[in-house]
This record gives sequence, C-alpha cells and structure tokens, in this order.
Amino acid sequence: MHDPVRRLEVEDLHSWYGESHILHGASLHVNQGEIVTLLGRNGAGKTTMMRTLMGIVQQRKGRAVLDGQDLMAMPAHHVARLGLGFVPEERGIFSSLNVLENLLLPPAFRSGGMKLEQIYALFPNLQGRDTTIGTRLSGGEQQMLAIARILRTGADFILLDEPTEGLAPVIVEDISRALGEFKALGLTIILVEQNIRFAMANADRHYVMEQGRVVDEFSNEALQSNMAKINAYLGV
Amino acid sequence: MPDIFGVPAAVLLGQVLLGLINGSFYAMLSLGLAIIFGMLNVINFAHGAFYMLGAFVTWLCLTQLGLNYWAALVVVPIVVGVFGAVVERLFLRRLYRIDHLYSLLFTFGLALAMEGLFRYLFGAAGKPYPVPETLTGVFRLGFMVLPVYRAWVILASVLVCLLVWLVMEKTRLGAWLRAATENPSLVTAFGINVPLMLTLTYGFCVGLAGFAGVLAAPIYQVSPAMGSSLIVIVFAVVVIGGLGSIGGAILTGLSLGVIEGLTKVFYPSASAIVIFVVMVLVLILRPAGLFGREN
Repeated sequence: MHDPVRRLEVEDLHSWYGESHILHGASLHVNQGEIVTLLGRNGAGKTTMMRTLMGIVQQRKGRAVLDGQDLMAMPAHHVARLGLGFVPEERGIFSSLNVLENLLLPPAFRSGGMKLEQIYALFPNLQGRDTTIGTRLSGGEQQMLAIARILRTGADFILLDEPTEGLAPVIVEDISRALGEFKALGLTIILVEQNIRFAMANADRHYVMEQGRVVDEFSNEALQSNMAKINAYLGV
Repeated sequence: MPDIFGVPAAVLLGQVLLGLINGSFYAMLSLGLAIIFGMLNVINFAHGAFYMLGAFVTWLCLTQLGLNYWAALVVVPIVVGVFGAVVERLFLRRLYRIDHLYSLLFTFGLALAMEGLFRYLFGAAGKPYPVPETLTGVFRLGFMVLPVYRAWVILASVLVCLLVWLVMEKTRLGAWLRAATENPSLVTAFGINVPLMLTLTYGFCVGLAGFAGVLAAPIYQVSPAMGSSLIVIVFAVVVIGGLGSIGGAILTGLSLGVIEGLTKVFYPSASAIVIFVVMVLVLILRPAGLFGREN
C-alpha cells in the first residue's frame, strides 16, 4: 500500500477568545480520505479547533497547512475555496432563508459538488421542502440541510461538529449512513463527536483533546481495547 | 363631489397624495436605515446628511457643471454612495466590534459636521432647483390637480423600493445579505467576503439616500438642514415598522406619510406629531415594531 497523502497538518496551534486562551498548542494531521474524530470533554477545545481552522477565530498562532496552503495567512473567506467545508455544531440554518435558499447559500467554488438530485437521494426528507423556512425543519432535517449545503459546494474536506447531538436514534442512523457514503466518495472528514459508538462506527482514527491540546491518538482498531482509558479521558 | 366624514373628497384625496409623496421619502430613507442596521448593526444618524448631500450635489451639478436633472439622477447616487463606502471603510468599520453607541455618536457627529460644512459654504437659506422641463405641468385628476413631478417622485421611489425588496428577498445576493445579517462568521466560512459586502451595502444604502436627495431637490428647498429635519421622522418610521424588516420599512414609510396627510385634514395642529404618537403607541403595544420579529 502506498503512503497516504497528508492533507492537513496542524502544529502547535494556539487560539484565543478575547482574553481566554482556548487552544494551547494542539497538533494533529489528517490524511486524504480519512475520517478522524476529535474526542474529549466539553470545553476541551474541539469546536474551537474547527473554528480556528476555518478562520472564524482570528486570534491564533501556530501552524495549519491544508494541501500545502497556509491557512493561518489567509483571510477567512478564502478558506472555503480550498475545499474546506464547515458544518457547525448549532447547524447554522438561517431563519430568514427558506430551505432552498439555505441549500444554495454557500458558493460552489469547486466542481464535483453534489447535484440537487443526489442530495435528495441521500436525504429524502429535504425534498419538496424548498419554501419551508429553514429553522422550521426538525433538528435532524436541519442537520441534513447543514451537511447537504456543504456537499453541494464541492468541498472535499469537511469539518463536522457534533452532527448527532440531540437527534433521535433513527436520524443518527441516517447521518451514519451518509457518512459511509462520504467515505466511499473519498471525502476527508474531521468529526467532533460525543457519541463514542457513533464515532467508532464511522471513523478511521481518533484524537483525544484535553484543555486545548491533543493528548492522545488511537486507531479505530485500538479504540475497543482502550475503552477504559477513553472513558477516563471523557469522564464517563 | 361628495363629502367624506364632512370633508370634501377632493381635499381628502389631495392630502392622501401629498402624504404619499412625503411617504415616498420616508420609505426610501427608512429602507436604507433598516438594511444598514440589519447588516452593520449601526444606527446611521448620518442618513439625513447623505440625503442632504444628494440634494446639494444635484444643485451643484446644475449650477457649477451644467449637468441636468437626469444626469444627476444617475451620477449623484453614485457619488454619494462612493462617499458612503469610503466613510464605512475608513471609520465605521473600526466601530463594529464595540458598543452601538460609538457608531451612533460617530454618524451623529458626521451629520453635524456635514451640515455645518454646507452651511458654512453655501449659507442656511434654501436653494431653489427647477423642476426638469419634461416633468413640468400637471395631471388634472378631477378631484385634484397633481403636478407631474410629484407623480414622478411617487412612481420612482415605489419602483426603487420594490427593486431593492426584490433583490433582497428573491435573489442569491439577497440571500447572502440576509444570511450575513444573521450569522456573518458562518457566511464568511462559506467563502463570502463579508467585510466587502458590508462596505457595498453601506455604500448602496447611502447612495439610495442620495437618490432620494435628487428627487427632493425640485420639491423641497435644497438646504443644509433638510436632512436633519427629515431624519427624526424617518427614525420614528423605522421604529414603528420594526428594525430589520425591508418590506416593513417600505410599507410603514408610505402609510405614515398618508396618515400624516390625513391628520392635516382632520386635525391640522396634530399633523407635526402624529407620527410620534403612533410610535409611542406601537412601542407600548408591540415593542418590536409592526413588522419586526419579537425576540
């Protein structure tokens, strides 16, 4: 097997919200086609890691390189052009936009994005809802919409922040199935997840974050045998 | 012609039309204020000054450059809009991250400085501006005589307001603007240059105030104080309509013009305060405004 292509490299990343120092020198890497999770307790810096990579958190230093391009030196609105797509934890569905407007909102900077028919095949719940106000959808449907609008842009590296949070088990299965399809399509994904079973079912590799640092790393195979350690990290 | 509520219908309809003219200006200005507040979170006290600037540049175009009304209608909104964009870029942008109060004070100060400058340069007296030749004359409507120019003002402002509403509500650009109002950092993460959009939005809305200034030049006297006397009413209109609602700003502007006109018929001495009375009632009964979202 040939060496994996390394797409994202993060080294000694620090970031701040005003006075509070959140990331304290986090390092990680992600290879082409991998699904990598960030595990850790609330406040460990998982969401901040994503927001820092996207340039939403601007007070930052350290190294973050995607496909040879320095994310740190780039204005926030250029990051999406590299094929990096962000699905935020709070879903970020706009209440002043209907479903179709939400779906078409992010510009498609790259070719190869999903067509609307493909999106509706993946998430049938979204079909026929065009004129519904985005935030009137159920939580699960909003999550599907948040993922779908990124897939439409042709982004091939997706930051998924807690996609299953607060969703019914049936919907979690739908999201899980979608992740399987993304992997088959060769998308690269960083997944923040509290649901450890969901993480194990879908990911290749896991990082554990604690107090703004990446403190441990497991392959998916190693996770099962290290459950005691994981549970200690997560405090469950 | 029959009386309506003891008032000759001709008088009544005449005042409704006059009210619509004032309402056209309220609509164009409150529309811009509502968009600026929604997108930039700035209460733009300089809006009246930009309207005054539009009227003055129109007058200067004619007297200094010999540019007629129609040329001014195209050139002046662009000039005023570019000036607004420069103001946003150089000054306002630095104030977004801090309290509202600073941008309010800045725009208020800017309005005072612009008004003072024009008073210093051209005096406080109003300057007459001729109605363009093609729009002189009157329509004889039977119940009243409507000057063609005034009909044009209503038509032009309604068209412009409608166009802005369509762009905001029905286009991709409008969707970006609405989304950026709600969550600018996520829209940035989607690859849209939000700071540039803010500059263009401010420039556009200020240009719209300039456009209103061009329309106003032949009706009202072109004077340094013309903006500050109007802006107080326009703020009341925005409060009544509810900040952040585009359609609401337009409808409220037009209808308050009409209410003001009708008050002139039925109880003339109250016509100067009726809008503020409505504002007080709305604030008591529906604090978010008639079209605002409660939250």
